Amino acid sequence: MTVIPSAARDLSLGQPGGWFRLREGQLALPLALAFLSLFLAPLLMLCGVSFFEDDKITRPGLGTWAKFLGDPFTWKVIGDTLLLGVKAVITTMILGYPLALVFMDAGPRLQKVLIFVIVMPLLLSVVVRTFAWIVILGREGVINQALLGLGLISEPLKLLQTELGLVISLTQIEMPLMLLPLISVMSRLDPNLRDASAALGASRWRTLFTVIVPLSMPGLVAGCLLVFASATTAFISQTVIGGVRLIYLPLLIWQQSLVVFNWPLAAVASLTLLISVLSVVGALSWLGRRSGGYVHG
Amino acid sequence: MSSMGRRHSLADISYALVIGGLATLALLIIVAPVVIVLMTSFTEGRSLKFPPTGFSLQWYEALFDPSKSRQIHRAATNTLEVAAWSTLIGVVLATLASLGLARSRGRLARVADGLFMSPLVLPGLTFGLAALMYFTMIGLRPSLNLIIAGHMIVTVPFILRTTTASLSQLDPALNDSSQSLGASWLYTLRRVTLPLIAPGIFAGAFLAFMASVDNVPVSLFLSTARTDMLPIRMWGMMESTLDPRIAAVSGVLIAAAFLLMLLMEWTVGLTRRMRD
Repeated sequence: MTVIPSAARDLSLGQPGGWFRLREGQLALPLALAFLSLFLAPLLMLCGVSFFEDDKITRPGLGTWAKFLGDPFTWKVIGDTLLLGVKAVITTMILGYPLALVFMDAGPRLQKVLIFVIVMPLLLSVVVRTFAWIVILGREGVINQALLGLGLISEPLKLLQTELGLVISLTQIEMPLMLLPLISVMSRLDPNLRDASAALGASRWRTLFTVIVPLSMPGLVAGCLLVFASATTAFISQTVIGGVRLIYLPLLIWQQSLVVFNWPLAAVASLTLLISVLSVVGALSWLGRRSGGYVHG
Repeated sequence: MSSMGRRHSLADISYALVIGGLATLALLIIVAPVVIVLMTSFTEGRSLKFPPTGFSLQWYEALFDPSKSRQIHRAATNTLEVAAWSTLIGVVLATLASLGLARSRGRLARVADGLFMSPLVLPGLTFGLAALMYFTMIGLRPSLNLIIAGHMIVTVPFILRTTTASLSQLDPALNDSSQSLGASWLYTLRRVTLPLIAPGIFAGAFLAFMASVDNVPVSLFLSTARTDMLPIRMWGMMESTLDPRIAAVSGVLIAAAFLLMLLMEWTVGLTRRMRD
């Protein structure tokens, strides 16, 4: 019997050798057509619109890009947006990594409960998670009530519409994105490695930093990527908790497109968001690949 | 010898304290907001204070009252309709595509796979704005169909990923033996391949459905007052004066997420699938 290379195999519908023959790869055509007409075409048009200079989209030119990138305010907004992503990555890592360690050491029953608790918020609307933080951080919120009750403050603290409040909220909102890849990698680590390290006299700290952290690097990098990409573009959390005075790129895009109707500027801003987020994500995943292992998103 | 033992146990204690403490804080920060929202939604008061004053179902009553909350109901119906259609279309297209690409190693197949997965990394806002400009400039009026198309694009990677994973675990010998026994390709697909990859398709469809219900960046640009979507309406309820009914909406969504999670765990083992 000869072996037919799978990719080139003919699919005969009905009788073998029937009249309707189809190559297997062509089954991907409907989705490919959908992506060409509904995904690539819009993105190409977005690029096209960014090279017009007026909001009626009649005068082609590089004027909008020049104006946008020549404005120091733009660079502050880009910097703030990327910095917000970095802060969210750091806080989710500091809290998420220990939780993943505890998960790794836990018995099967506790693991089931933990993964339920970790995945549940992911299935919960981002809007609900954002709303929760209004209740917690508001003037009459949990934190202020508790601090006032304990007599630690006399005036309610202003936590909403501050970057601190936003970072605290994003820590919870983005936490599952950090935890899932970490847990996925850590639960595949060979427990013998830890036992061997302990048997050779290493303390748990030493085992953590010389054995577990290097081996879980792919999961850590994947988690950082997901949290960074999500926190920098979290429009609802940024506008509701950050307010309108903290301006990040998503708010700028929304204002220019749906409030001011300056489509070329909105296109330039959204491409700037795309380029800046993707370049950080690309750099991180390159680092992740260099550190051994592969990144899976 | 004994001093070394003590040093180790000191290190172990500090490890347990620091790691255990941070992990507890992480759990607290994950769980507490959900509990706080649920408790607040049963408040007797007129505002969303915590701890809530008394117990009442007033905000749930206001939410389920068809005359008082018509806009919210319409937004919820739109959201479910869009999620159902975009998932259904996504399942058909993604299953076909993964069957087509599963065994190809060619360059074109790799490019196609990368393209289909790219909505996962591309900022949703950029695609949402692009879709708005595109649909407007080719002369389409805003409608639920356009939102369905947009949601299908951004949620299809979830279905593709789980379906492709199931297909790759499938023993190719099953396929070959079915065909060598004279079964047509379609018969093999129907009786062998699809039943075996159904849990994968189902898990992906579930994730896609939830992602559509939760979608903000595409709906933000494509929905209008007539085609309002629930997350966008809820955003409006938080942006101006805080409408306490949002606590009741959140309560309903928390309950739904909880039940769905249990259901998926029992049927296809979602958490195991997400860990792999």
